[in-house]
Amino acid sequence: MKTIAKRIYVALIILFLYAPIGILMVLSFNRSKTRAKWGGFTLHWYRALFQNEEILRALLNTLLIALLSSLIATVIGTVACIAMNGMKRRAKSVLMGITNIPMLNADIVTGISLMLLYISLGIKFGMGTILLSHITFNIPYVILSVMPRMKQLNVSTYEAALDLGSSPLHAFFKVVFPDLLPGILSGFLMAFTMSLDDFIITHFTKGVGVDTLSTKIYTEIKKGIKPEMYALSSLIFVTVLTLLVLVNLSPTDKKSSVGTLDSENASHSP
Amino acid sequence: MKKELIQLIDISKSFDGQMVLDELNLNIHENEFVTLLGPSGCGKTTTLRILGGFTSPDKGRVVFDGKEITQIPPNKRQLNTVFQKYALFTHMTIAENIAFGLKIKKKPKSYIDDKIRYALKLVNLDGYENRMPDSLSGGQQQRIAIARAIVNEPKVLLLDEPLGALDLKLRQEMQYELIRMKNELGITFVYVTHDQEEALTMSDTIVVMNQGYIQQIGSPESIYNEPENAFVADFIGESNIIPATMIEDKLVNILGTRFTCVDTGFGRNRPVDVVIRPEDVILVEPSEGIIQGVVSHLIFKGVHYEMEVQACGFEWLVHSTTLSPVGKEVGIRVDPFNIQIMNKPESEDEEAVGIEI
Amino acid sequence: MKSKNKWLSAPYILWSAVFIIVPLGMILYYGLTDQTGSFTLDNITAIASAGHAKALRVSLLLSLVSTLVCFLLAYPLAMILAGVQVKRHNFIILVFILPMWMNFLLRTLAWQTLLEKNGVINHVLSFLHLPALRIINTPAAIILGMVYNFLPFMVLPLYNALSKIDTNVINAARDLGANHVYTFIRIILPLSIPGIISGITMVFIPALTTFVISSLLGGGKLLLIGDVIEQEFTRTSNWHLGSGLSMILMVFILINMVLSAIFDKDGEGSML
Repeated sequence: MKTIAKRIYVALIILFLYAPIGILMVLSFNRSKTRAKWGGFTLHWYRALFQNEEILRALLNTLLIALLSSLIATVIGTVACIAMNGMKRRAKSVLMGITNIPMLNADIVTGISLMLLYISLGIKFGMGTILLSHITFNIPYVILSVMPRMKQLNVSTYEAALDLGSSPLHAFFKVVFPDLLPGILSGFLMAFTMSLDDFIITHFTKGVGVDTLSTKIYTEIKKGIKPEMYALSSLIFVTVLTLLVLVNLSPTDKKSSVGTLDSENASHSP
Repeated sequence: MKKELIQLIDISKSFDGQMVLDELNLNIHENEFVTLLGPSGCGKTTTLRILGGFTSPDKGRVVFDGKEITQIPPNKRQLNTVFQKYALFTHMTIAENIAFGLKIKKKPKSYIDDKIRYALKLVNLDGYENRMPDSLSGGQQQRIAIARAIVNEPKVLLLDEPLGALDLKLRQEMQYELIRMKNELGITFVYVTHDQEEALTMSDTIVVMNQGYIQQIGSPESIYNEPENAFVADFIGESNIIPATMIEDKLVNILGTRFTCVDTGFGRNRPVDVVIRPEDVILVEPSEGIIQGVVSHLIFKGVHYEMEVQACGFEWLVHSTTLSPVGKEVGIRVDPFNIQIMNKPESEDEEAVGIEI
Repeated sequence: MKSKNKWLSAPYILWSAVFIIVPLGMILYYGLTDQTGSFTLDNITAIASAGHAKALRVSLLLSLVSTLVCFLLAYPLAMILAGVQVKRHNFIILVFILPMWMNFLLRTLAWQTLLEKNGVINHVLSFLHLPALRIINTPAAIILGMVYNFLPFMVLPLYNALSKIDTNVINAARDLGANHVYTFIRIILPLSIPGIISGITMVFIPALTTFVISSLLGGGKLLLIGDVIEQEFTRTSNWHLGSGLSMILMVFILINMVLSAIFDKDGEGSML
């Protein structure tokens, strides 16, 4: 009885989170152009999507920014974690405090502050400024997911590798890096997601004529959204969903999901 | 005989289709120090959790002081637990930790303060009232966990490998502390461990478990000296377990040589296992031995030498204070009462001999 | 691996100086000067003007309510999830991050379709013979939009903090005589404070400062402080005033940062 209530509760929350997504997917097949009416099933918007150069350009920009910014943020963030690990307590906590600023700060303040920076430095607004901004707000996500791994790291394995004659760089990539990898990957994924979903910061740091999907949608809201947008979003969502399902079902994951034989020590929550 | 306090009757429990306890029966007496001993996965912790009320058995009954408590939640049981990794409340001071149970029982403040002082004194940590758990060492946290449990004056204290995380020296100290506390408090201790030395040192009664079955219940002496099967013999201390044949009462054929022993009632020409403790193997001049062999390994262990002797195709483990160098020919003698005869494994549970711990 | 690699921190220190510290300095500079560049407090005191004060009041009210709703929805959810086996950890996190792969504006827009007078929800309600929901273009719809968008940021830190609590600590409380309610109040709740603080911060700040949700779901009738600032920058181009008002927001952010520093020393309430 209790478990059923729990399941219903979780299901309702998930319905709440995913209902709008379902609606958008339905709308992408809607023959009628308005959102209010169902005009019958069509694949027209999917075909139209691939002829709509503006949307495709915005998509390309979005993906380019997301990929580049999360890659660069991952490199800078990971290196920063390694550096911070060797720092004195005080210096480390100051740097971690600064790291938290873009996460805790309001997007609008971050966006405005970066906009003012680019103006005073005379940097031309465009893809470059969007990229710089996205790297800035992505780095904290990388650091926050790599840092816990860094703390768990067993220093002796690194020293053992050195002891066995490997160079520091070789030892790092052979011994330390694999241990950090799960953190790095989830940091990258998180950064990519945040970059993809960002609207506010991009809104303030993009130039005229340059658009990502979010800013394109924002301008379209006033004029009426083109249903191609629903088609595109549905495609992106389904692609990501498929990828994640595949990754989760991959055999590497199964190894860890085979139950522990030692049921003695497994905790069984009531 | 003391009064029976706890009865576990036909307890079975499985997790994810895996049988952890199979129709376990166990009686625990008042003021007894009982140790559940066995390798990991043997069901000892599950047994303790069933006693504490954190896991309910699939089948069977738990009877406490004459009343069935199988379905009673942990907060309504007159037992308290000391958890493996202490499970102190890190957001409370030591005093608040200890007072936790008493405040629930709505005891007056002066009573609680007295109890805290008494408990801290008992665990040798006077004056630690206002410290936070994180600022204490592992051994100190362990003592606080014990103090937190005993102020509630439980009839039974359950301890789940409480010394597992401590280093050897501290562990030995705490063993004596626990015996002292048990005597001072006069309550029943049910203690779970995989450390046979710990079990032998502290217990009144040891319950050896393996794969969900009880292998043997007895005093430390009887468990050590008269193991009932090869698993117990192998798990408790080091031993030579040798396949043999019981020729008749008090006469056994070990590796082709007749040895006199003291056991009777095994029948004639029955295959058995014999257990001989390494310290009971006596090395003598070859001519004086019952069998002869050659020393193949020698290690100095401090208290004694540990030697391996090849004799009659068996590698005998020998502990002796006198050194016999590698390659020396020796004779082996065993006093009849040091030859322990055991039945060959018959049931499934006894076949688990080969398990490495 | 230590000490030798101090220079490794240089790129990040440089980056944070240029892209985090300096830009915040710019806001301070603009906020405290007027068009001619001379010092003034007018941009900050401007918050007292009727329009601005109302926008801030409404923003505070709506964001407080949505934070509370998020907390009340997320805490039981996080407790249920924390009871699930550890190996599902990544999957659970994914379920709450996945919606972000569908654009935030579109998802919010979809709520229009759901909430409209003849929208999906009202169709379902009338089918069930229940009274229709009329919240589109009201503050309630804005709150719903905020809760919808920021709920994952409450769930994840809470889930993270709750799943870190050792089950034996809870067992210990029960063992010492505490019933479920007492165990929750004295043990589970206090031990999840880092997650609570982090969740509140992650929801309250974005909700306080958002500027799109109100125009999408509130029908543009209510002006939030975020909308005001956005307009100062994109339409009226009074950056000084916009910066001054941003500084007001930064006060709330600062309070939040101090709170997290006090209650979440080890970053235990982080999202991941």
